[in-house]
Order: sequence, then structure tokens, then C-alpha cells
Amino acid sequence: MNNEKLIVTPSPHIKTETSLNEIMWTVIKALIPAMLAAVYYFKAQAVFLILGSVLGAVLTEYVFQRVRGKKITIANGSAILTGILLALIVPPSLPIWTVVVGSAVAIGLGKQVFGGLGYNPFNPALVGRAFLMAAYPVLMTTWTFDGKTTATPLNLMKMQGVGTDYWDLFIGHIGGSLGETSALAVLLGAAYLIYKGYINWRIPLGILGTVAILTFVFGQDPIFHLLSGGLMIGAFFMATDMVTSPVTKKGRWIFGFGVGLLVVLIRLWGGYPEGVMYAILLMNTGVPLIDRYTRPRSLGEVN
Amino acid sequence: MSFLTFKQGIHPEYKKELTNKEPLKEAERPEEVVIPLQQHIGAPLKPIVEKGDQVEMGQKIGDADSFVSAPVHSSVSGTVTDIKKVQTASGDKTLAVVIKADEEDNLAQNLDKHENFDNLTPTEIRNIVKEAGIAGMGGAMFPTHVKLSVPEDKEVDYFVLNGAECEPYLTVDHRMMVERPNSVLQGMKIMMKAVDVKKGFIGIEENKPDAIESMKKAVANEEYIEVKVFKTKYPQGGEKMMIKAALDREVPAGGLPLDVGVVVNNITTAVAVADAVIKGIPLIERTVTVTGSAIENPQNFICRIGTRIEDLIKQAGGFKGEVGKIVVGGPMTGSAQHNTKTPIVKGSSGILVLGPEEVNDFDPKPCIRCARCVDACPMSLVPVKLAKYAENGMYEKMEKFNIQNCIKCGSCSYICPSNRPLLQNIEIGQAELSAKQREED
Repeated sequence: MNNEKLIVTPSPHIKTETSLNEIMWTVIKALIPAMLAAVYYFKAQAVFLILGSVLGAVLTEYVFQRVRGKKITIANGSAILTGILLALIVPPSLPIWTVVVGSAVAIGLGKQVFGGLGYNPFNPALVGRAFLMAAYPVLMTTWTFDGKTTATPLNLMKMQGVGTDYWDLFIGHIGGSLGETSALAVLLGAAYLIYKGYINWRIPLGILGTVAILTFVFGQDPIFHLLSGGLMIGAFFMATDMVTSPVTKKGRWIFGFGVGLLVVLIRLWGGYPEGVMYAILLMNTGVPLIDRYTRPRSLGEVN
Repeated sequence: MSFLTFKQGIHPEYKKELTNKEPLKEAERPEEVVIPLQQHIGAPLKPIVEKGDQVEMGQKIGDADSFVSAPVHSSVSGTVTDIKKVQTASGDKTLAVVIKADEEDNLAQNLDKHENFDNLTPTEIRNIVKEAGIAGMGGAMFPTHVKLSVPEDKEVDYFVLNGAECEPYLTVDHRMMVERPNSVLQGMKIMMKAVDVKKGFIGIEENKPDAIESMKKAVANEEYIEVKVFKTKYPQGGEKMMIKAALDREVPAGGLPLDVGVVVNNITTAVAVADAVIKGIPLIERTVTVTGSAIENPQNFICRIGTRIEDLIKQAGGFKGEVGKIVVGGPMTGSAQHNTKTPIVKGSSGILVLGPEEVNDFDPKPCIRCARCVDACPMSLVPVKLAKYAENGMYEKMEKFNIQNCIKCGSCSYICPSNRPLLQNIEIGQAELSAKQREED
């Protein structure tokens, strides 16, 4: 036996088939229903926004990795995913260049300045959206549906106390961001991810449960609150971002509860009609602490 | 049907079908055996033969005064040709006795036969087990007579014979239970006598139905010994996992099964004990599964201790196609080999030869905190944190995260989608930590 050819590495010598790339691309696949719903309701504008956002994200990733002399890792899908997620949480009437700027900020400031994938404390897509909210507040709060300027259901509720039909909310026949409108489309993708085991159900369940219970307690309509705004896409696709959520089971419950609580506080008493973005970003800051204080009890651990 | 099991763990591909129907086959006598003088955890042995000596099969050739040690015996009759340092399967260099075999296989008669072991006292049993050089044959190679010595302040009420064989590919315990169920049971009863325990079970994973049936038949008339069936999940054969699953007792961190009144031994070890006590044969051979996609005819051998792995590979039809990696032991905890000269020792339960396409490049990607390692760890540790602390040299923090509780099963590294060497980092951290502690003492 030619000894030089033998590979010697530490155990274990077998590995699971599941890879980082597969996880990322599967999440992208799971967003297809939401993207299709966006295209159905908002036509070509949705296509351009998604493409523009992905382009901005991928280009920024490339430039950063190139300048830093790192391996180009666009193929792992994570920048593409951030691009898609950002597109899904901006208004359909947003000019394309704006979303390109937003996704560049998402990848640049939200991820690469911290060292790239795995090191960012905040959800990059939400960093991008927070930036756009601050930089272009009017563009980011102008909603159109069927070619007409409209208000989102949460806005109608907050400003005028007007409700919206559950079925319209569920299928997405409402004003709102590209991917926020159809709860159904989001749920389809989420079910696939939970089935694959790629997102943890504790976080979304924690969020949705908290929102349902608290809105009910405060005399609001829980179903309306669950189905409107960015709650569904936020709970299933943003809060579950692995990099920026806790790794412990108990921690995931706490994280979910925290996001839910903040959503309700902002929606009911805050200045904005919607609070999912800030709720998740705020809870992102607590993740290291949550992880530290929810370390599971090890088998045989003596207190 | 529900089976006993523990929390978390992983489901690797088991690949046992390559060899689980292959009967144990006596391997050819090698022309030369290489018998390392350290085949156990504990003090190394000193050679008690010299170059040029004639030795008989079963003759003791290395021994130590220390209690925690296990002597070694020649596995052939022949001539000592050299005593030199060799590299063992684990990668350590240790002194070994090289013996050129003759055709005689003369067995030295230095152990008594005890057809009826009921009359033996616990001390007598422990002495035979020590003299026979038996050490944990599941892989740990902890001297068995030490395991069978219960300190006075501990009370043992349960004996566990571990036949989980949860490592993928390996099928030696499996075949032993199918082919020699009575020896398995006898060995178990002898050991139970040594620790003065009445109750015991044989733990088997449900993927070995023929072994379960065979052992159930063997224990049919036993009042206090039963077969317990466990779910097929890695690392079910970890003693802490098995004790928790079957008896709902938790071995305290840093402690031993003894601390919860349990003694655990392995199937192959039990057979070695039976052969030593009943037939008077010291530990000079063991069973080895030779398997993997790059082996022509995977099978289970009974071979002499000190047989070089290349001799067994040859008898299994040699390599099939290109070879990527040769592992001694199982794929989860075994050691990759630099060459094919490595001798089989008491703890070598398998030779696994993987093709190049099955071997992962060392290409770690960023950790995305997916927490799959957290969800897999059978000890409920947080491997991602431990590994990160180790990478950053924050060894004290690792202590707070119970690093000493890691059983090195490798589930975290197996499951990591980013190919990160989690276990390796944790082991480095453990080593650094104990070095630091030694400094402080």
C-alpha cells in the first residue's frame, strides 16, 4: 500500500450528507411560494424588486470577499437568500434602485463588516430594511395594491379602527410588502422547512403564541394580528435565522416569547403600526445572553 | 413496539449488512506477530522475554507490577526476533515484541481450567482475568479486573453487558451473540460473580434481531438476567446512555457507572473472560470486522493479537478500487492509519477501508449556529460553544460548560453541516485544560 495516499484525519470518519449549502438553498426553495404570491399580486414589479435585491446582495458579497482576499462563497446561497428576504419585506412600489441600496447595506453593514456568514449579530435582511426605513421613510411606507395607493390592514386598524377580511389576509389580497401579504404562501414554505428540520419550530410557535395570547388579553382580535403585517414571514423566515437566534431549546422559547411581546407592544402602543422588524432586531441583541443563561443541564450534571 | 433509548443522538448509515451475516472465520496464522506492550489504559508493561527467546503460544511476554495494567501473551509459538518501538493503531509509539511464528501453535499451560466456575471466589476470578490479560475489548482497553474490583464504599446492584454495538459497520459483538451465546452468558455470569451482583441485562440494539433471539434463548432459564432491546441510535452503546435508558440512572459528571451501582462490560470481553476461566486460554486472539466499500470481501475474522492489519485485509480479498482511508475501530471513534503495518491489539474491533470519494476533505465552513450539534449531543452539552471557546483559547470558560462531561462520541462533528472539527477542538480544549490544572497542582 502506498502510504502517501492514505488520508489521516481525526474521528469521526463519516459525515452527514446535509451541508451548509443545502440548508441555504432549501430555505430559498421554501420561499418560492411567497415569491410566486408576490409576482401574482404585484406582477413584474415584484420580479424586478427580487432580482434587484439579489443582485445588490450578491455584488456586495463579492466585492467584500474580493477586497478582503477571502474565498468567494456566493454559491453557498446565503447572500442570495438575504437578497430575496429583503425584497419580500419592502413595499411593491419601491423604486428598484432603493432595494439595491438596501440589499447592499444588508450584506455590507449587516453581515460582511462583522466577518461574513456566521458572525453577524443582526439579521442582515432586517438591517437592510431598517436602513431603508431610516433613509427613505416615505418610499418605505407607501403601499399600493391593484395599482392604487392603499393602506395596510394594520394601518387601517391602528388609524381608523377598520378590520380586514380574514380570507383576504390569509391569501394575501391586501396591501403590504411583497412577501408579507399572503400568510398561506409563507406557511407552505415554512411547513416544508419544518418537515426538513431546517428551522426550529419553537421560535415561530413562541412568537405566534405570544402574539395571539397577548392581543387577546388586551381585547384585540388575535387572528387579525396573526395574519397581518410581517408576522408570518418574520416568525418563520426572519426570527429563525440560525446565525442570529439562540442555539438552546429553552433559549429559542425565550427568544420567541420576546419577539412576540415586543411585536404586541409596538403594534398596540408604539408609534408604528407594525413592529416585527424592530422586535426581531432587538431580540437579536439578546441572543448571546440568552444562550449563556439557558445552557442545558448536561447528563449527570451535579448542580 | 417501543425500545429503550436516550435523548438526542444521531442516525448515521449503519452499513452493517456488509458483514452481519458473515460467520466469524479463523484467520490464517501470520508469519509474524507484533505485540505492543501497552494494550490497556494504565502503566506500560516491561518485556519479560528477550530477543532470540523461544516462546509458546499463550506465554506471558510482558507484565507490570502496577494494579492498573494487563499483561500480554504471545499469540503464536515461535521466536522473539525483535523488541522495538512501533506505532499502534491510536498513533502512539510503544515498545512491542515481534515474534516469528512456527507451525506448532504449542499452547503454554499456565492458566487452570475451571469447567465449574461456581466454586471460584471473586478474588480468584479477578486474578484469572488479570493473568489472562483481559482489557475492555469494545475499544477502551481498560483492564477488566480493575472494572471487576468494586471499592468497599460502593455498592453495585446491576450488571450490564453491552451488546449495543452502535458503531456503524462493526459486527463482531453481533456475530459473537449469534454464534457463541452460551460463552457470552457464561462470561457475564463469571463477571457478575466477581462483583457479587445478582441482577443483570444484556443490552442489544434492535437492528440485530438474530442476536436478540439468540441471547433471549440463552437466558431463557436465567432468573435474574434478561435481554433488553434498545433503539438503533448512536451512541446507544455509550455506557452512560445505556444506563440512563435502561435503568433511568445518571452517572454523575466525572464519575463512573460504579457511582450509580452499575458495572458495564462488553460482549467480546465476556467471551474472553469465559475462555480464560473455563478453558484456561489467555487473551491471544480477538474478533475483527474487516469491512468498507474499498474491501473486496468484507467479513468477520477471529485473529491473533499482533496480526498486522494488512494480513487481514489480504484475507478479506484485498482492496477494492482506490483507498482513501484506513480506520482501525469504528468510523465514529476509530483511528485513521498511516500505513498497513499496524498490529491488531485487544481493543481493535474493526478495520474499515473507505474509498477516496467517501473521505471528507478537511474544509471547514463558517459556523452558522444551526445548533444541530446542540440537538445531537447525547450528553446535552453545547458543542458549538465548547469548540468556539477552544478555538479562542478560553479554556476556563469550557469548564463552566461541562467540557469534562464530553464522551468524545463525535456526534457533533458528524452532524455539522459546515464540516467543522468540533470534537477535535473540544479534545484540544480538554488537553489544554488538564495541562493547566496539572501546572496549578
